[in-house]
Amino acid sequence: MFENLSDRLDSVFKKLKGHGTLNEKNIEEGLKQVRMALLEADVNYKVAKNVISDIKTRALGQEVMESLTPGQQVIKIVYDEFTRMMGSKHQALDLGTGSSGSIMLVGLQGSGKTTTAGKLGLYLRKQGRTPFLVPVDVYRPAAIDQLKKIGTQLDLPVFDSTPDMKPLKICQDAQIAAREQGCDTLVYDTAGRLHMDDTLMAELETLKKGVSPSEILLVADAMTGQDAVNIAGSFDQRLDLTGVVLTKMDGDARGGAALSIKAVTGKPLKFIGVGEKFTGLEPFHPDRMASKILGMGDTLSFIERA
Amino acid sequence: TKTREVLNTDINDLFKSSRKIDDALFEELEEVLITADLGMDITMEMMDRIRKKAGRLSTADQLKAVLKQELIALFPGKEDPETVPALPRPHIIMVVGVNGTGKTTTLGKLATRFTRENKKVLIAAADTFRAAAIEQVGIWADRAGATIVRHKQGADPAAVAYDGVEAAMARGMDVLLIDTAGRLHTQKNLMEELKKIKRTVEKKMPGAPHEVLMVLDATTGQNAISQAKMFHEAVNLTQLALTKLDGTAKGGIVAAVAGTLHLPIRYIGVGESMDDLQEFDAVRFVNALFD
Ligand SMILES: Nc1nc2c(ncn2[C@@H]2O[C@H](COP(=O)(O)OP(=O)(O)OP(=O)(O)O)[C@@H](O)[C@H]2O)c(=O)[nH]1
Ligand SMILES: Nc1nc2c(ncn2[C@@H]2O[C@H](COP(=O)(O)OP(=O)(O)OP(=O)(O)O)[C@@H](O)[C@H]2O)c(=O)[nH]1
Ligand SMILES: [Mg+2]
Ligand SMILES: [Mg+2]
Repeated sequence: MFENLSDRLDSVFKKLKGHGTLNEKNIEEGLKQVRMALLEADVNYKVAKNVISDIKTRALGQEVMESLTPGQQVIKIVYDEFTRMMGSKHQALDLGTGSSGSIMLVGLQGSGKTTTAGKLGLYLRKQGRTPFLVPVDVYRPAAIDQLKKIGTQLDLPVFDSTPDMKPLKICQDAQIAAREQGCDTLVYDTAGRLHMDDTLMAELETLKKGVSPSEILLVADAMTGQDAVNIAGSFDQRLDLTGVVLTKMDGDARGGAALSIKAVTGKPLKFIGVGEKFTGLEPFHPDRMASKILGMGDTLSFIERA
Repeated sequence: TKTREVLNTDINDLFKSSRKIDDALFEELEEVLITADLGMDITMEMMDRIRKKAGRLSTADQLKAVLKQELIALFPGKEDPETVPALPRPHIIMVVGVNGTGKTTTLGKLATRFTRENKKVLIAAADTFRAAAIEQVGIWADRAGATIVRHKQGADPAAVAYDGVEAAMARGMDVLLIDTAGRLHTQKNLMEELKKIKRTVEKKMPGAPHEVLMVLDATTGQNAISQAKMFHEAVNLTQLALTKLDGTAKGGIVAAVAGTLHLPIRYIGVGESMDDLQEFDAVRFVNALFD
């Protein structure tokens, strides 16, 4: 549907042949195209605005490198800026120095928390830990059942919650049960909730206070649009997140939400979900995300060559 | 909260009645449209239109009214609310969409609505893939007072749909609702599976399914266009539902989807309980973009 950003920029700069430097005038049209590409990729309006102004500052006065066209040069600047913004390299889980750790998964309804709980269980076991899955969603029909079935499927222990239990009680009892069963890493699967639902957000604050998880990860859908800033901003403000998991990256979404979420929370994106299967969890790589948002896939090889 | 203060322009300030039309106003309106997820195509088209008309107007309020009119016109004309026709019976609705959008919940809400109208409702639990999807839709069937046809997890979803149609016909059901597993539109084999489910239903009852309802999540951005196009290609959608409008996302992308595919938006989801299903109303929807 969209033209590739690099084609667009090439056509913009074709008109400006012979300019050895990116200047105020010739960069303007190029940046317009970049802005358009960002908005089409669902980067938030305000975030895109800030990114563009940063990029402009960086680009102005730069000599176009011998090996690059001006269009490629702009893309390189954008790409470098994105990669820098999203954190340069993969950030691992931090489960603390003690003998046990815990991860609490939070997010909107249907973002992929329960599936991610299963995936993390598998991942942690591969890391040599002994995970314990904890179903804390007492609201959604069959949510507890879902995690229990996943546990059976993956041969991972799951706390035996029931929908009539209070979420805090579940978490606290699960801590004891995990210790008894010799498990060192708890994964709390909380119910989906809206970021502006004060009662349910307060519940999460209570859970956080009650069990002090080592990681609180926001599980967000890669297809999220402009609202990503409100969602991530609110969850972060109430819970001081430690990181983000971006799910459903196996589709064709450009994933601009990644940039929005990072810009508004400053918290590292730690993993991406790439499928419904429980092996579909990968470390987050800022550089790959940058090319995805730019819709460029492998065409970025010129940057590596430059 | 701080973030939201920074990120949400106070729209009411934009439209103080005496406010004049100037570049800042256009920029702010553009921001409203883009942050509502209407997408660049519609946003640029709308901005073009109001720029052209702005010369004849004098206040921001007038311009806003014109913009709203233009936005409302994006939606296919208002049709009568859905009623289940008396014939043919069963009236079959197949519910489809990508993962986690709210298919099962919307189906549960619909089942409730129909049983309240004293319709006999059967649900086919054709999501045999996701863990406890069958149990989830089973709870919805109980809530709604509907009956259910189910196989084991991992069974062929087309076989469940087939049994659903057969049972609905044999038991004289008014409505059959088919829940399908979430799937990304880019997954060829899963889209083939969906086609097969539909073909199976058609074979058992010519002319069915009578509705193919795609459920879109209001939180979704531009990707909804690609989703809807590919689902439409695969199973010929007949209507849309937009869920999670009780959040802060505006769901503007549905305008582009409904417009390009000429599909009616039938329902909106405004919560997780069985009463949280409403008819879509373009005027209210557009007004909410400016809240
Ligand atoms: N394709 C794909 N599907 C995913 C991914 N992660 C989760 N899903 C699917 O998304 C849907 C919702 O996932 P859940 O794990 O139930 O989401 P949740 O956040 O726990 O949902 P609630 O508990 O209802 O809020 C399911 O159909 C999952 O199979 C992913 O990375 N890729
Ligand atoms: N706030 C809100 N939540 C909703 C709405 N509709 C559905 N949900 C929630 O969204 C989550 C996903 O809903 P489901 O009905 O399981 O979604 P689905 O499309 O069937 O998911 P899969 O079958 O896994 O693809 C659940 O937690 C629902 O309670 C809505 O209108 N508003
Ligand atoms: Mg869940
Ligand atoms: Mg479902």
